[in-house]
Amino acid sequence: METAIKIAADVRSKVRTAESVVREALDAIESGNEKLNALLGTYSSAIEDAKEIDRRIAAGEDVGVLAGVPIVMKDNMLVKGERCSAGSRILENYDAPYDSTVTTRLRAAGAVLIGRANMDEFAMGSSTENSHYGPSRNPWDVSRVPGGSSGGSAVAVAAGFAPIALGSDTGGSIRQPAALCGIVGLKPTYGRVSRHGLMALSSSLDQIGPFARTVEDAELVMSVMQGKDEMDATSAGVVEGVKGVDGIKGLRVGVPKEYFVDGMDENIRRSVLDAVAEFERAGAEIVPISLPTAEYALAAYYVIQPCEAASNLGRFDGIRFGYSSEGQTLLETYERSRGEGFGAETQRRIILGTFVSSAGYSDAFYKKASKVRTLIKRDFDEAFKRCDVIAAPTSPSLAWAIGEKFADPLSMYLSDIYTVSANLATIPAMSVPCGFVDGLPVGLQLMARPFDEASLYRAGKFYQSVTDHHLKIA
Amino acid sequence: MISNEQITHIAKLARLRVDPENVAKTAAELESILVYVAKLQELDTEGVPELAHGDGLTNVFRTDVAMGLDQDQRSRVIAAFPHKEGDLLEVPAVFQDRTE
Repeated sequence: METAIKIAADVRSKVRTAESVVREALDAIESGNEKLNALLGTYSSAIEDAKEIDRRIAAGEDVGVLAGVPIVMKDNMLVKGERCSAGSRILENYDAPYDSTVTTRLRAAGAVLIGRANMDEFAMGSSTENSHYGPSRNPWDVSRVPGGSSGGSAVAVAAGFAPIALGSDTGGSIRQPAALCGIVGLKPTYGRVSRHGLMALSSSLDQIGPFARTVEDAELVMSVMQGKDEMDATSAGVVEGVKGVDGIKGLRVGVPKEYFVDGMDENIRRSVLDAVAEFERAGAEIVPISLPTAEYALAAYYVIQPCEAASNLGRFDGIRFGYSSEGQTLLETYERSRGEGFGAETQRRIILGTFVSSAGYSDAFYKKASKVRTLIKRDFDEAFKRCDVIAAPTSPSLAWAIGEKFADPLSMYLSDIYTVSANLATIPAMSVPCGFVDGLPVGLQLMARPFDEASLYRAGKFYQSVTDHHLKIA
Repeated sequence: MISNEQITHIAKLARLRVDPENVAKTAAELESILVYVAKLQELDTEGVPELAHGDGLTNVFRTDVAMGLDQDQRSRVIAAFPHKEGDLLEVPAVFQDRTE
């Protein structure tokens, strides 16, 4: 598919209709989704919504900067009247009663929401294998995972179903699948995008962000989604840092030694350092930096994240909505509904989160991890005194075979090792395609100061202007 | 070592029915994750405050008024109730054994 920018320009200038764009997207899904399992369903209103955009344009209205752009939602974002399963059995018959704020804002800008993407159950996982509806498949090699948890969203863009998909990123769930599928994925600063109507996983870490082929497209979608929302008390309403400037002369690019250690995948190291060399050639200043507590980030994450998840998932009780399995007592109804409704990984995290926050263990685990989180943030604060963006790998490995890590939870968790720090430190981070190894994409991760997405756009747009990795089609 | 009894106890706290034949496997998985996260203890965090959320987000207040759902949203919420009587959510008795 064309980029969102091109589609919106064509639709606004009546070169083509929104309906034709949306039909093209739905046709691509119809012919390609059976193999890839990227989407769990399409929205029934898509064609009508597109026709309405066309009617309004014909009437001379300005329908917005995303006029006619088809967008895929992750299946944990509410679109009123549409099924919303979060990849879980417990919500297999759940229809959203209201719109999420991102739904409202995208539609207000003329976008057409076309379908809901597969995901690891409640966004926990790094491969989409934890979906109750089966794994999505990587379009570069269908025997491999697309990454996760927003794997279906990444596949939808990489396979050309839509120019834009939304994901949610708690510990890398946008950036890692973007890397493994060869597209752009942005996790904004904590507080940049409203989470109202996003199913809460870990409330101190979750952010909604876009997948796209180009950084320009991601920037455009962010311009519509971001900003203060009364319905989300954690939305910050910061208006700076939303537009990247052109050119990177003088930009300081930090390279953290802890992200390039012995034993890492040599091909990934080379691809990422080649990308850094592109910045240097164009006049950026390369600054060696250190993030000493980086190696503790994953451990802190896998304490804090399960604690918050166990708490948030308490609302799924078999009483108010979702799957309900009646027992002899109220307690038994809770236990059966949750035991039968949640999949293995969700139950594992609930057990883990309950354990590390329980009396007698919470000081040693949860409180300790929350203090380590402060040290991690201080590391970044120090580093950003000397550089404007940090360059690192997104994923420690290329897309792996379906099933390869599924039986070993800890090895699956380790695939998040480069991404969780940005969530813990609440900073924005973006993955940009930076090469291929054996036909599989590699991602360059760029990180910046809180609310300085502008530097990510600046660096990312420059990089895509001198490389063609993002132009290759799966 | 995490015992099977601990897993059963935690599962009860979390209101999860864990298949008895999976308890030992769950204990082993939890153990391997806890061994990994124990590396946090290597760091000195004496006097370091806990970090719970992003910058500048303290005391976010709004006016204390109820924000009602419109009729359409209200009917959709009610439609999602697993068990209902009219527009009311039906819940099992809290203190009673159903068999009594």
